Amino acid sequence: MLTIATGNKAVAAAVKEVKPYVIAAYPITPQTEIVEQIAEYVTSGELDSRYIPVESEHSAMAACIGASITGARTFTATSSHGLLYMHEMVNWAAGARLPIVMANVNRAIGPGWNVWAEHTDAFQERDTGWLQVYVSTVQEAYDTTLMAFRIAEHADVILPVMVNLDGFLLSHSMQSLDTLNAGDFVPPLHLPHAIDVLNPAGYGTLTGPDEHFRFRWEIEKAMRRSRKVIAETERDFAERFGRSYGVAEEYRYEDADVVVIAMGTLGKEAEVAVDLLRNEGVNAGSLRIRWLRPFPDLDLSGREVVVIDRDYSFGFGGIIAQSLMARQRVDLYSVIAGLGGQEVTYDDIAGFVRERRPGTELWFGVNGNV
Amino acid sequence: MTEIPKEEFILKCTSACAGCPSTLILRYVLKAAGADTVLVVPACCTSVIQGIYPNTAVNVPVYNVAFAAAAACASGMSEAFQKAGKKTNVIVYAGDGGTVDIGIQALSGAFERETDFLYICYDNEAYGNTGMQRSGSTPIGARTTTTPGGKVHAKKDLDAIVAAHNPSYLATACAAYPQDLFKKVQKALTLRGSKFIHVLAPCPPGWRFSSEMTVEMGKLAVRSGLWILYESEFGKVTINGPSKAAMIKPIPIEDYLSVQGRFKGIDRKAIDALKSQAEQRAKHLQKEAEGIC
Amino acid sequence: MYEIRIHSRGGQGGVTAARLLALAAFRDGKYATACPFYGAERRGAPVVSYVRIDDRPIRVYSQIRNPDLVIVLDPSVMEVVDVLHGLKRHGKVLMNGTTTEKIHGAPAFAVDLTGIALREKLVIAGSPILNTPVLGALAKMGIISVDSAKSAIREMFSDERNVRAAEAAFQELVI
Repeated sequence: MLTIATGNKAVAAAVKEVKPYVIAAYPITPQTEIVEQIAEYVTSGELDSRYIPVESEHSAMAACIGASITGARTFTATSSHGLLYMHEMVNWAAGARLPIVMANVNRAIGPGWNVWAEHTDAFQERDTGWLQVYVSTVQEAYDTTLMAFRIAEHADVILPVMVNLDGFLLSHSMQSLDTLNAGDFVPPLHLPHAIDVLNPAGYGTLTGPDEHFRFRWEIEKAMRRSRKVIAETERDFAERFGRSYGVAEEYRYEDADVVVIAMGTLGKEAEVAVDLLRNEGVNAGSLRIRWLRPFPDLDLSGREVVVIDRDYSFGFGGIIAQSLMARQRVDLYSVIAGLGGQEVTYDDIAGFVRERRPGTELWFGVNGNV
Repeated sequence: MTEIPKEEFILKCTSACAGCPSTLILRYVLKAAGADTVLVVPACCTSVIQGIYPNTAVNVPVYNVAFAAAAACASGMSEAFQKAGKKTNVIVYAGDGGTVDIGIQALSGAFERETDFLYICYDNEAYGNTGMQRSGSTPIGARTTTTPGGKVHAKKDLDAIVAAHNPSYLATACAAYPQDLFKKVQKALTLRGSKFIHVLAPCPPGWRFSSEMTVEMGKLAVRSGLWILYESEFGKVTINGPSKAAMIKPIPIEDYLSVQGRFKGIDRKAIDALKSQAEQRAKHLQKEAEGIC
Repeated sequence: MYEIRIHSRGGQGGVTAARLLALAAFRDGKYATACPFYGAERRGAPVVSYVRIDDRPIRVYSQIRNPDLVIVLDPSVMEVVDVLHGLKRHGKVLMNGTTTEKIHGAPAFAVDLTGIALREKLVIAGSPILNTPVLGALAKMGIISVDSAKSAIREMFSDERNVRAAEAAFQELVI
């Protein structure tokens, strides 16, 4: 059905389509609209899920973990401080190999209080064993949430997936949305290690170094296998519903000499900058990274690269820029921009490209040339 | 006498200390609950007692979870079982640190939501697993590794906190009275909603008494009136037999304190505080049992 | 791309007006986005919302700097906000009220949305509802079709007085 919706409502609509058994809900700006909309669905009977209004985000993830280990499909949503408050359980969910899906509405971390977009919240969870994907439109938020359940629950993966959308910029923006009848696109969940009282087992008991190491290696293997599952899921989605995104979305990329790399809504805005630059005769292209984990294999050889990080690692730099440089030799200009909802226009992005100084780092708007 | 099933759910060769009350309590809890049961266990002695992967000494599924998370984890599990049409008992088995301190937020939330589960706090009055540090449940005057001069604050009134959530069932029990414990677990599991049992767990290494004295220590706690056995079904309070007798003629609390190394050197002031707390508590419960308050 | 900036105060329905307008444009077969700019403001503080309408997918998320149209739902914000800031050379202004005398240097139109809302008794918590009647005025200005304005209102509100208010604004606005 064609309608228009906010990013938050698109996520809620996708959740309704896959009918989780259990949904844990705790409000936090700018995510709250997701759990409010799901509460409406559950109250009206449109969605037959158990809705647990927990008393904290730590408990939200704990409740999802308790439900998931019985073999139930589960969902929760959070943002910023909520995500950090549940950090312990975020690790637990992946370590316990539970295919929980969570929407995270990216927001800066205090102090001071700032409710606007920044990716640092989710980046602080990047080493937990969760798959992470970042979306840029309302439709993509919907489609990706559907795909997230299928990828998380796939027998070759069985890991949690975090769907990230930019606070306010996307969570509260209204755009067109084509909701789907997903049919059997997301098959029923079969959790191989679900609790079975007829076959009792201990979960998470004391574990020695050898076994601990082996479990971590199993997660790494699953993370590597997930690349193929993501590709298959995207392919099947495209065949059924006619839309695809890829691990990274390319725009005028093929023949580009200089490439802008960004995530989320900045990745879309960058496309407009590319058009501007092309009109000026600059052979620009853009690449919007969607999957942060598993990190995509990008071949950037022979091109200049301008990376816009809406995140930082103090004393290290923009995390995407540093991650790319760790993997390949590339002439890269690192820009930290958009923190705490800082306004970054397509003109600004075109400016980063025009005034690029490969090998250096810019903290945009604060005379932060390093 | 209640017929207690012969079936054992705690297998031989646990990693528990000799004379461990936690294992004893869990043995009777599981006998009462039966095989269609899942335990949710936050960090506590029982995390260790189960044994080391891939072995386990508990013959029902045990979900070990982070320290603060037990009641919330059980909330999700309980809802998921209900959604799947299963009647599996969900029982949290948590120590006092995981209940009165770090786990109390999740506990409060789960009880406020009337989660259909049984929460059992086995209370050895300190962080036992980490080597006996004070918890909110450590009584005044007790020496722990973080209160080497004796604890200066009173034991947190966990039962009053839980009672304030109006649970469908609330009871206290003691490792020394397994019949009483068994019956309480059985009764709790027949009721819907949130149920709570607070079990005193005299801990030989922690309280510093010899390991064959566990049951005796529990009996002294009850007879001295420092631990009162009672139950409250939908708010109606009944004081159980051993504590009724103790209220009529308690033994001196010094008989209980003097046999434990942790109370060595306890001063008069702390003893008086313990006494007056015990008396007040007994009075309050008697009034409640008579329906006066 | 046609870009619209809506000035109002928190609680007056500026955000909903933006969403209704985007929905109506979408029903016209256009691409549209509504991006409210959220501050930490509470009820009563000046707020802005943005609407973009285009024939192609919209990829811009940043704030509108140079609007084609400025809508002022609450003229009192003009005491603290320069509502004409960045207005395009041939940009227009739509005012809630009976006069455009405070607007200089741009074509301005006025319609008494507050009066219409009060006549239709469209009042919530003491505030007249402005976001549905404004759609009638925007239809009159040719930014959206009348049919789409009505269908957008009906999709979001069941009370038919909202449609009547929009019709009244359509009638009363003099172009």
